[in-house]
Amino acid sequence: MRLEGLKKLTDVSWEISPSYKPGMRVPARIYASEKLLDNMEKDVIEQITNVACLPGIVEYACCLPDGHTGYGFPIGGTAAFDPQDGIISPGGIGFDINCGMRLLRTSLSIDQVRPKLERLVDTLFARVPTGVGAGGSIDLTQDEFHDLLEQGMDWCLKKGYAVDQDLERTEEHGCMKGAKAADVSPKAVERGYKQVGSLGSGNHYLEIQVAKPEHIHDREAAAVFGLGIPEQVVVMVHCGSRGFGHQVAQDYIFKFLSVMQTKYHITVRDRQLACVPFASPEGQEYFSAMKCAVNMAFVNRQVIMHRVREVFCDVFKKHESDLGLELVYDVTHNTAKLETHQVKGKSRELLLHRKGATRAFGPGMKDIPREYTKVGQPVIIGGSMETGSYLLTGTPRGGQTFFTTAHGSGRVMGRHQAKKQFNGRELAARMKSRGIYIRCASYSGLAEEAGAAYKNIDEVVKAAEDAGLSRRVAKLVPVGNIKG
Amino acid sequence: MPFFYRDDLAAADIAFQAQAENLEELFDCAWRALLGVMVRDLGNIRRRVKREVKLRKDSEAMLLLAFLEEALFYKDAQNLFLLPDHITITRLHDSCELTARLVGETIDGHRHELGTDVKAVTLHKFEFEHTDKGWSTTVVLDI
Repeated sequence: MRLEGLKKLTDVSWEISPSYKPGMRVPARIYASEKLLDNMEKDVIEQITNVACLPGIVEYACCLPDGHTGYGFPIGGTAAFDPQDGIISPGGIGFDINCGMRLLRTSLSIDQVRPKLERLVDTLFARVPTGVGAGGSIDLTQDEFHDLLEQGMDWCLKKGYAVDQDLERTEEHGCMKGAKAADVSPKAVERGYKQVGSLGSGNHYLEIQVAKPEHIHDREAAAVFGLGIPEQVVVMVHCGSRGFGHQVAQDYIFKFLSVMQTKYHITVRDRQLACVPFASPEGQEYFSAMKCAVNMAFVNRQVIMHRVREVFCDVFKKHESDLGLELVYDVTHNTAKLETHQVKGKSRELLLHRKGATRAFGPGMKDIPREYTKVGQPVIIGGSMETGSYLLTGTPRGGQTFFTTAHGSGRVMGRHQAKKQFNGRELAARMKSRGIYIRCASYSGLAEEAGAAYKNIDEVVKAAEDAGLSRRVAKLVPVGNIKG
Repeated sequence: MPFFYRDDLAAADIAFQAQAENLEELFDCAWRALLGVMVRDLGNIRRRVKREVKLRKDSEAMLLLAFLEEALFYKDAQNLFLLPDHITITRLHDSCELTARLVGETIDGHRHELGTDVKAVTLHKFEFEHTDKGWSTTVVLDI
């Protein structure tokens, strides 16, 4: 993309000055190789520069290498706001609040798993609900659901769905404090309380993957994260807060639209950027409701992982400790959080919006598990079901994006086009012949997720590494997958 | 065709355009376009359960978005695929009111050929207009 006013800072970073459009309060920065930038939609530029117009934004509006068009904010975007003078916007977080990634390791090699792979995938497909209309895998009352919204993974610990180590290896220890169930609508609760422990559909998945020796980029960091066995098998989960989070987002977008101009005199360039001052009563209510959805999503992924552990134990007829079924990390990529960062040499508390963007704390930073301190926070990047995903780590240079990196590969082909171009059943058969066994609730949904519909994930993580936002530890390639 | 899907508006998601001679038909078309993303054959949804919906919003445009959200609510909260059986839209002094009867059945992966779940109805590139031929809308759905 060639754009008037786009200034090249380095081979992988670009800046758009506030003169690009009226109302920009700060510059916009895009982190991408020239090739990735060339393929970004023009809407991404419009959206990230619209974000740069929002009240209270600090330093830059950042677009990451996987940036693509979203609603209000681009997906693959991050922006920091002053908690006193700045806004909070559901459009900067996403409908699927705390959509995120979880990586579970095993002590098994692919040689041990391959003979049982189909049974594993079939059993996972039977026990982890997927697809349109799928209910959860645990029965809850609305009162119990209220408890888990406020307690997050602490609730899982009490109910036997988690062990202490799972909480230690989850962002925010699996619970954002200050969540009040009273701030979510009865409609949101009704939409979500029967969906805990379900995967959803779209690009959400549960995947069995292999860390091949030739795909280990950093042996030391891989060993710290527990990847030390040749051809080691891991399990990746990508999903979020299901209908509950979607309803929370929608409730507050409409609430914010009704007061944004009349009460707070804020105008935005795109209604999907509906926002209110963070410090306002409405802003604080949404922040609390959003935390409920964040906690629900942590619980959702934890319950799914509990089922994964059960399935591996059943299929291999061993205890989970004998199979090394330990969580590597759970990281969210759709949130707003208060964090302290350095701005112009001074420490400042900021409200970070990350939409399709992953926190990537560098070595030595607080809030990452003690055993990972030396190498940095694990970052899990989901790729397409055909090409693979990545385990990365944060770096000391991440301050330029408030220690934030990409979250996935980003689409290049529309869903309708993908369905025209690929046949789901043929795709599943072709993948099987290449050693990837897949079960899905919808073959048309499967066709939409074909590898060719996505950007090249290798280029995305390379650009993020070249920019200093994150560092590659291992590429993980799929061998089994369940999808909605 | 009263509705068609568009690939040029949101690569990661799904957009549709619907048109009709009157508002009630437009709302019906838009609902079917939305549900058609989640289930392939709408004709295969049997009339086993009935739900009544009543909504009031400031404008017809906001009323449509709220109406479509009901399809997602019943899908998630009650595991139902519902289709509009009867829709009435009334223009009031400073608002619009909709009453609708919805009929359908429990989602069944064996009976229904499932598509992709829809997370939300968005305001992204949302268009709603009165045209020479009636009414038209463009809606982007978050997948």
